Amino acid sequence: MKKLFYIFTILIFKFNFAYSLIEVDITRGNLDPLPIAISPLHVDPQSDNYQDVKVKELGDLISAVIEKNFKSTGLFNPLNKDAFVQKPDIAHLKPRFEDWSLITAQALVTGKLLMKDDKLKVEFRLWDISANKEMIALAFTTTPSNWRRVAHIISDKIYERLTGETGYFDTRIIYVSETGPKTQRVKKLAIMDQDGKNTKYLTLGNELVLTPRFNPTNQLVTYLSYFRNLPRVYLLDIETGIQEVVGNFPGMTFAPRFSPDGKKIIMSFAKDGNSDIYTMDLETRLVEKITEDSSIDTSPSFSPNGKYICFNSDRSGLQQIYTMKSDGSGVKRISFGNGIYGTPVWSPRGDLIAFTKVRAGKFYIGVMRSDGTGERLLTENFYQEAPSWSPNGRLLVFYRETKSGKDGEGFSAKLWSIDITGYNERELKTETDASDPSWSSLLSK
Amino acid sequence: MKFNKRITNLLIIFISALALSACATAKKPTSGVSTSGDVYTGTDTVKYLASGVKDRVFFATNRSTLTSASRDTLRKQADYLRKNKDLNVVLEGHADERGTREYNLALGEKRANTAKDYMMTYGISGKRISVISYGKEKPVNSASTPLAWSQNRRSVTVKVK
Repeated sequence: MKKLFYIFTILIFKFNFAYSLIEVDITRGNLDPLPIAISPLHVDPQSDNYQDVKVKELGDLISAVIEKNFKSTGLFNPLNKDAFVQKPDIAHLKPRFEDWSLITAQALVTGKLLMKDDKLKVEFRLWDISANKEMIALAFTTTPSNWRRVAHIISDKIYERLTGETGYFDTRIIYVSETGPKTQRVKKLAIMDQDGKNTKYLTLGNELVLTPRFNPTNQLVTYLSYFRNLPRVYLLDIETGIQEVVGNFPGMTFAPRFSPDGKKIIMSFAKDGNSDIYTMDLETRLVEKITEDSSIDTSPSFSPNGKYICFNSDRSGLQQIYTMKSDGSGVKRISFGNGIYGTPVWSPRGDLIAFTKVRAGKFYIGVMRSDGTGERLLTENFYQEAPSWSPNGRLLVFYRETKSGKDGEGFSAKLWSIDITGYNERELKTETDASDPSWSSLLSK
Repeated sequence: MKFNKRITNLLIIFISALALSACATAKKPTSGVSTSGDVYTGTDTVKYLASGVKDRVFFATNRSTLTSASRDTLRKQADYLRKNKDLNVVLEGHADERGTREYNLALGEKRANTAKDYMMTYGISGKRISVISYGKEKPVNSASTPLAWSQNRRSVTVKVK
């Protein structure tokens, strides 16, 4: 991938760091999305045609991806292109701010494409309409087949400039693809871009696979496989396709996740009716037992600094969330509300823990501070669980199952995402039914 | 209905008090949570290892304790294994769809091991019994109803060929 995807960034003109008037506050639910005009990318007339794709089409496609990304945030309102007042080429040089403000645009994105010697050069600029200023201008050169990623990277740059937060568009989601009747589901590991495109299947469906999770560099995935009917934690290299068992203990290993430095896998090991939490160092293969309790201890997740672990245990009778130091000392229960709690996962920002809560027959996705205070339930449904954080800690992706009838009719499993403000709940369209999503970190940092 | 529930409750308490083993893993129920009212007692989904020897036992929501009926079934399975010395079995532990996937994997493992422990107290070598958990992955009844869930919370004894 890296070999293929070589981007270099040039600053064209000056980088404008001056404070502008537009600032999107994403810490609150945004009921008044910022009107943004995303002009189609104008094509440099000196461009060659790329294979069968006309460069003009490529420009439209890139601008459509950017527009879709912004629409999906719920924070922006991309304006209808029919109302646009300036041609893309002129707008890119010097927009007439008064005209754009007439159509209520507060921000404007313009761009230019040049296709030369099998290389695609994409230039874009973000303009602050009310301040009559250019906010950012960047250019990327890449192979044309990477146009989609360029669109995501541009989206991230604009998002970062407008919100002050890291973007999350140039990311992927790994999940479990599900087909077939409920009693005989066929499950495969699948990976897609965060916008649902470029789906690839990583396993064939011959054995049951569950709970895939990325390592920090997004090259490795740890998951549970029932290969040869032995449920064990595995490691998969996405590039090479090589799989290896890492949790080959005399019993079931499950619920794996990487440590934030990617050097260890933390997981549950169940033997003789007791599940405890272990870590394995991937280099030395040294195994450490972290919890020792006769109850079920599972769903461990490291804090981003690696010093703490949150996990799920029923040691108090029913499932609750606990935290402890990474050596297993200082165990503290942090969930005390009505109902039972599961699948705690530490935010990449460190401040919050997302969880699944079950209360009175309903399933909730929620967040609480890492000391257990400030619990907020974001969404209620018949069944939903397994939240995973966007790399900027602003969104959660999870899966939701519907109620089924007598013979399983009406059953579905789908991926959903929600902003941690509780707004902008939406389905992530997948080719098949889907569950157990895990969000990658930013692919280009 | 209520009367029946009460009887079952009483029975469970009585049997639990008598049982020698397999109770070590049982937890005190938290107040307000029924621990025995939702155990499946029918035979709809049950298969037989041999005549009169049921292949499965059922559990209450979030629990892995054995009911008196389950103990009876497992004693009969143990008898059957004692008479068929060459036979080995796998105990497949399952959960219903109303829990998180990872917890259910652990719960299925615990349920199957509770059944295994009980059979071992009746003289069956642990070497003849292996255990696997499928969590909520392999329901027998795909409906989203309390009845279906009770049929899915199970440990099934399967002969190894």
